[in-house]
Amino acid sequence: MTQNIPIVENIMNANDRLAEENRARINAAGVFAINIMASPGAGKTSLIEQTLPRLKGKLRVATIDGDIATSIDSDRAAAAGAQAAVQINTGGDCHLDAVMLRGALEQLDLTQFDLLIVENVGNLVCPAGFKLGTHKSVLIASVPEGDDKPYKYPGMYRGVDALVINKVDLLPYINFRMDYFKQGVEVLNPGVTTFETSCRTGDGLDAWVDWLIQNAKRK
Amino acid sequence: MHELPVTQSILKIALQHAEKGNAKRITDLNIVMGELSSMVDDSIQFYWDIIAKDTIAEGATLHFRRVPAELQCMTCFHKYHPTDKELVCPQCGGVGAKIITGEEFALESIDVE
Repeated sequence: MTQNIPIVENIMNANDRLAEENRARINAAGVFAINIMASPGAGKTSLIEQTLPRLKGKLRVATIDGDIATSIDSDRAAAAGAQAAVQINTGGDCHLDAVMLRGALEQLDLTQFDLLIVENVGNLVCPAGFKLGTHKSVLIASVPEGDDKPYKYPGMYRGVDALVINKVDLLPYINFRMDYFKQGVEVLNPGVTTFETSCRTGDGLDAWVDWLIQNAKRK
Repeated sequence: MHELPVTQSILKIALQHAEKGNAKRITDLNIVMGELSSMVDDSIQFYWDIIAKDTIAEGATLHFRRVPAELQCMTCFHKYHPTDKELVCPQCGGVGAKIITGEEFALESIDVE
């Protein structure tokens, strides 16, 4: 005899619960944690590289870098001045999840830091669905990717707390309609904190760094 | 690609509830999937066939109930379906919308024997 069992359980629950545990752990240490997401090549590692020297003497920073393979990104973060840099190799997974972050957190004495920067795997789809337990999600959108990205990846754009529009030094050379781009962002995520930066020229980085310092001081 | 851990999660939830109900076999799973959930049902089906093997859910049929995206304009309160090229309100051109439906992703029920 067939019987129907009603369930109605959010399928992401298991990950969400672990993310809450991560959050509690991060909060207990008084650290401000961000999750940086972007497509491959948008400038996640470059932004971190440019950010770390500007935080020298102001915040103690640990980085956690997620990649499918290699430790290139955590090596770059360590070279740029991160007090600790942990690499997570996902072995093929296209995103970080709360379990992976928990493993990385266990390798750090969080009380030694003011800011934790988690660099997610380069991807505009999967990382949006997996909460990690960080305080703020940051999306880097780079000008060469095109102005239609908010329309194509609404899941990513609507879920973030801050948006960094990177490589603005390329605006004169690329047909990127800033108005169209921002209109898409505004529908999905009204009033989201936005920075326009160039990691090559350094434009806009001071405002971004101030935002990090302000948030870290509140923790 | 993120459908593998998601499919494992579906299996885990289904097995827990089947066990609680002393079921011998899971025959059907009813999944609700919003248009904005970034999930691909073919991909879930693909992983399902592999990971459900040798469990009481082997051979169970996955049913997907799709929920279209609906936004509500926060300027004129018009409700509309967004397209991949246009997200602004078609009535007043307003930006700043609330998502009414389309983000669902849940296991609603299972059929067991």
